[in-house]
Amino acid sequence: MNTEILGIIGMFAITFILSVPLGRYIANVYAGNKTLLDPVFNPVEKSFFRICGIDSVREMNWKQQMAAILTINLVWFLLGMFILMNQSWMPLNPDHNPGQSAHLAFNTAISFLTNTNLQDYPGETGVSYLSQLYLMFLQFVSAATGMAAAAVFFKALKNKRSAELGNFYDYFVKSITRVILPIALILAILFLFNGMPMTFHGKATMTSLQGAVMHISRGPVAAFVPIKHLGTNGGGFFNANSAHPFENPDYFTNMIEMIAQMIIPFAMIFALGFYLKRKKLAIVIFSVMTVGFLCLVIPNILVEMKGNPAISAMGVNNSLGNMEGKEVRFGAAASGYWSIVTTVISTGSVNSMHDSFMPLSGMNMLLAMMVNCFYGGKGVGLLNYFVFLILAVFIGGLMVGRTPEFLGKKIETHEMKIAVIVALLHPLLILAGTALAAHIYVQNPGAYAGWLGNPGYHGFSEMLYQYTSSAANNGSGFAGLNANTPWWNISAGLVIIFSRFLPIAGQLAIAGSLAGKKYIPENAGTLKTDTSTFGLLTFAVIVIIAALAFFPALTMGPIAEYFTFH
Amino acid sequence: MKSNIIPAIKLTLLLIVLLSGVYTCIVLGIAQLAPNHGKGEIVSQNGKTYYSNIGQAFTADKYFWSRPSAVDYNAAGSGGSNLGPFNPDLLKTVQARIDTFLTHDPGEQKQDIPVDLVTASGSGLDPDISIQAAKVQVKRISTIRHIPEDKLYGLISKETEKPFLGLFGPEKINVLKLNLALDKMTSQDQTPKHE
Repeated sequence: MNTEILGIIGMFAITFILSVPLGRYIANVYAGNKTLLDPVFNPVEKSFFRICGIDSVREMNWKQQMAAILTINLVWFLLGMFILMNQSWMPLNPDHNPGQSAHLAFNTAISFLTNTNLQDYPGETGVSYLSQLYLMFLQFVSAATGMAAAAVFFKALKNKRSAELGNFYDYFVKSITRVILPIALILAILFLFNGMPMTFHGKATMTSLQGAVMHISRGPVAAFVPIKHLGTNGGGFFNANSAHPFENPDYFTNMIEMIAQMIIPFAMIFALGFYLKRKKLAIVIFSVMTVGFLCLVIPNILVEMKGNPAISAMGVNNSLGNMEGKEVRFGAAASGYWSIVTTVISTGSVNSMHDSFMPLSGMNMLLAMMVNCFYGGKGVGLLNYFVFLILAVFIGGLMVGRTPEFLGKKIETHEMKIAVIVALLHPLLILAGTALAAHIYVQNPGAYAGWLGNPGYHGFSEMLYQYTSSAANNGSGFAGLNANTPWWNISAGLVIIFSRFLPIAGQLAIAGSLAGKKYIPENAGTLKTDTSTFGLLTFAVIVIIAALAFFPALTMGPIAEYFTFH
Repeated sequence: MKSNIIPAIKLTLLLIVLLSGVYTCIVLGIAQLAPNHGKGEIVSQNGKTYYSNIGQAFTADKYFWSRPSAVDYNAAGSGGSNLGPFNPDLLKTVQARIDTFLTHDPGEQKQDIPVDLVTASGSGLDPDISIQAAKVQVKRISTIRHIPEDKLYGLISKETEKPFLGLFGPEKINVLKLNLALDKMTSQDQTPKHE
């Protein structure tokens, strides 16, 4: 079999096999059971909580959880703004990079603390090593915030008699010390011995074989890249992200980076199953997500391997596929696979330039972010899925005339209202943002000519992609868009904030409300939520609400572009 | 909010120490055992050193050409062209690259030029080319360097990097290593003549 296809199957299979035991482990961590790393980290966590004056066993209701999340995020944001704007005179800046402008620092800080990692600056010249280390810190904690929110939700579903939701700080710190940090360290070691640099020296200078002088950016890359993927963050060390030979040196590192970004979203689904002791539910959820994923990823791999018909028409040997913006060591197949993995799970790192993908591949990447719950980002992907699940429970319940219940908790008007608002917020932010930007552009195309890197329908797709990526907290880009302008930095930054914190607030509110409800044991009249029929219904709800809302916008972008050539 | 702010600040500082400090130092420490102490893998020849992972511009006729780069192999500012697949600028550029190649390699047919030789990579620093991209340049190099073609084909198959574990991913050739080997081969061939 073709080794490029085999590589993809290998990546998916290894991720799946590793994620089941990891899911069991994560469930044990959140349930407070004994785990392997207790002797190392119990004392560390205890001393952290003592110094901070945090009572880690205190029960918090959903409003207290939300207040804790918002407060600590505000601290991260302010510190981030300060470091990014003042990096020029602070330590660890061997390349003498300048400080960021206020609007760029706003966008960067927001983007990293919300697990989005949209980058309107090139990594080589836009940040110092100190900033990189702080951004690395944000990648750890933003991932842990998402996981902690999911843990609160798990607890809400488990409770049969009490309204307890656990303690945010406890879930948050444990997500870092027990899950993310140990795995990141293992990955860093693998990367170090496969060509990834780790140094605080500045640029190296050397003469190429042909005699040209080259300046080569380096840095603490091997520490940065593990959490970039493990936390589904995706913020690149260099401008070219994981297409850069120092950030992704060969096919082996490419496989590790791919597995690293998928493994925790997979594991969280299985963790839910182990935690609630409902394996069948976890299997149904995983299957629905996998079907959605395959519907997007298979076309992308095939389209990219087939290549660009416009270049094929010039008479060259097109058998490698669409290679503009792609690296030879990964090839078209693994690049097509990456393009969907990184968009379904909100990583947003790239190993090839998305702007140069074929129109229909671009559409699938957009759809992946529009749906935003086929696996989805760290913790939050599963929460997004629950929003659709609750809608499906309600619709399904009405269709067959049963009381809408999920895991023994009644779904009522209050939860439905929140779920609908959260589900509709996503298209609202994306479409309103794109419409506004397109409106501004059309008013004076001459003045804003610098915005778009491509003419016509593709230019529209670039704007649509930017807001979709922001609203999905994804962070990848159609990088032809020149986004480092006050308009793009600020408008995308605001979309990012709203689409991070409003859904989390809504999901925690649902958790709080469900936890407080009386548990009704399952009986013959209960709508079963762990059957394939119900999985199909959830899938239909996702397609109708998340995907069809965007159809008109997709028609004006990638679909129109496709038909110009066919 | 008020009851959260002091714990939030303290926790942030402690975690910065743990994650940006301790974790980074551990990785930096282990890096000292890695090739070139974590400063990037290098390859040396004739007393000069090069980063083996970072692609270089090869445009001279006596070398195997590397892929086109949207950033002219600027290793302090990586990136791709970000041109859409049907962008007229992209198609014009690709056509021009085909024409340039055929001017320098008049003996080759258009349908033998693989697409990686006429499209820009994602990083602008792609260190590799496909096997076909090396083969299609053999005639030119054989003429200029006076090396028989079969020796060059032998060199290409020697420098071909197989898929990972023989199973996963594409075959490729590191252009820098190929050209270094080519220079070495040329100097060995010339040595007997001086004797």
